[in-house]
Amino acid sequence: MLPLSGERKDAKGIISEKSESTDVIRGSTTLKRGFAHMLKNGVVMDVTNVEQAQIAEEAGAVSVMVLDKLPSDVRKAGGVARTASIRIIEEIMDSVTIPVMAKCRIGHVNEALVLQETDVDMIDESEVLTPADELRHIWKWDMTTPVVNGARSLAEALRRIEEGAAMIRTKGEPGTGNVAEAITHIKKVNDELRTIKSMYDIGDNQDLVRMAREFKVSYDIVEQTAKLGRLPVVNFAAGGIATPADAAYLMSLGCDGIFVGSGIFAANDAAERARAIVLATTFWNETDKVKEAQKMIDERQSMLGLDVKTLELRMQDRGGSA
Amino acid sequence: MSTKIGILAVQGDVAENLSSLVASIAELNEDATVKVVKTPEEISEVDGLVIPGGESTTIGQMSLVNGSQKIIKQKVESGMPVLGICAGMVLLASNASDKVVGKMEQPLFDFLDIELERNSFGRQRESFEADISMDSIGISNFNGVFIRAPAISSAGDVEVLAKFNEKIVAIKKGNIIGTSFHPELTDDLAVHKYFVNLVKESKN
Repeated sequence: MLPLSGERKDAKGIISEKSESTDVIRGSTTLKRGFAHMLKNGVVMDVTNVEQAQIAEEAGAVSVMVLDKLPSDVRKAGGVARTASIRIIEEIMDSVTIPVMAKCRIGHVNEALVLQETDVDMIDESEVLTPADELRHIWKWDMTTPVVNGARSLAEALRRIEEGAAMIRTKGEPGTGNVAEAITHIKKVNDELRTIKSMYDIGDNQDLVRMAREFKVSYDIVEQTAKLGRLPVVNFAAGGIATPADAAYLMSLGCDGIFVGSGIFAANDAAERARAIVLATTFWNETDKVKEAQKMIDERQSMLGLDVKTLELRMQDRGGSA
Repeated sequence: MSTKIGILAVQGDVAENLSSLVASIAELNEDATVKVVKTPEEISEVDGLVIPGGESTTIGQMSLVNGSQKIIKQKVESGMPVLGICAGMVLLASNASDKVVGKMEQPLFDFLDIELERNSFGRQRESFEADISMDSIGISNFNGVFIRAPAISSAGDVEVLAKFNEKIVAIKKGNIIGTSFHPELTDDLAVHKYFVNLVKESKN
């Protein structure tokens, strides 16, 4: 059964309907978190058009994420990055059978509602786009469509889950082709999970409530997460993944799956690379398969990548303090 | 010898099926073990297999890569019980089309001569929970969790276990069972218990 910590029975996103023969419920926590569970051990690929979406589907992606520009191009273009054109999202929805996600700006309730009305399968409230609200995220319990959020720490992840996030992706630094930040953040989350789990195991409620105050979340969600020893929702890795070996390493750190942003379609061997990253994610614990996957790509075709220390724009900081 | 039940761990919600099967075996007090399987060697050792929910295009393609599809086909054709859930049920079929995109050229295991429609109830916003009854196998008022679920459009000679709004959502033929919905996302163990018993009977 799914862990349902933080679930709100009064959520406006839950819709009860009478159907022909029986009553149905839509938008429940089970349905929203359950959708994310179906993506596990898979790769979600950033795409900007139908052609890329079809390449992703043929490569074995579990879902595609529609953006106006790849994160690396958002970085180059500057200015304000907003949700993608609805017409392009709809074209992609009509041309692939796998789920289609799209990004909205942090805190932008109405961009999210527009995406829900468009019938995308999941919405990413994403730091890759320019935040619409520096202080608040969307109250996601009021959405029928599930929402995924980024997080750099257990505190951020639990704050997003308390707002109704159905899935978490640990943030890297998007559009850099540099996996270092993604690794740092998943290790930090794992470390913090181990800490609260050991508090729970020895029955140290004093320290659990101290952590809740430090994390700025309720005691209940800290206690339930500590008991589980993992996040109560599916957690993917994201940000800077560019090669099959990057994907396999993040899977080995306990991630449930992988988001690849610029790593595939900013490279010059996208179709091969997409297949190779899926292969390495599926068989991450079989080194011969990961080698086979790594052999499918040509390092000279990889995106050049950026040193995170010298970046002027650090997307990962967006919304992090809220 | 104790009965071994495998869960195909290529992609999808493997861990949820693992806990449902472990709990079912404990409640039935059976001499059985559950194992997550991926390689042809691991699959060759099991007496029954659950193909979990996930993306059927991904599971189909990746199970071709390491030869697991071949061994699954051999074993199921020689009588090994299999439970296909959602994407797992899609893979059981000989033909799949998508509600929007139409005819699919995706790799399928092709155990049942049925026509299946993917995403038959619509996209994620239309995903739903509803009560389902499978009276012929003694399961009623089961909380059906349908997530971008498929439905059978033509069942041929396959037994229909359940319908929802006139669409076929659970089927059985011999040792092969398929459900559109996800019993592993509920705390009701009825479907998994039924499958454990089926595996045990087929072994004896």
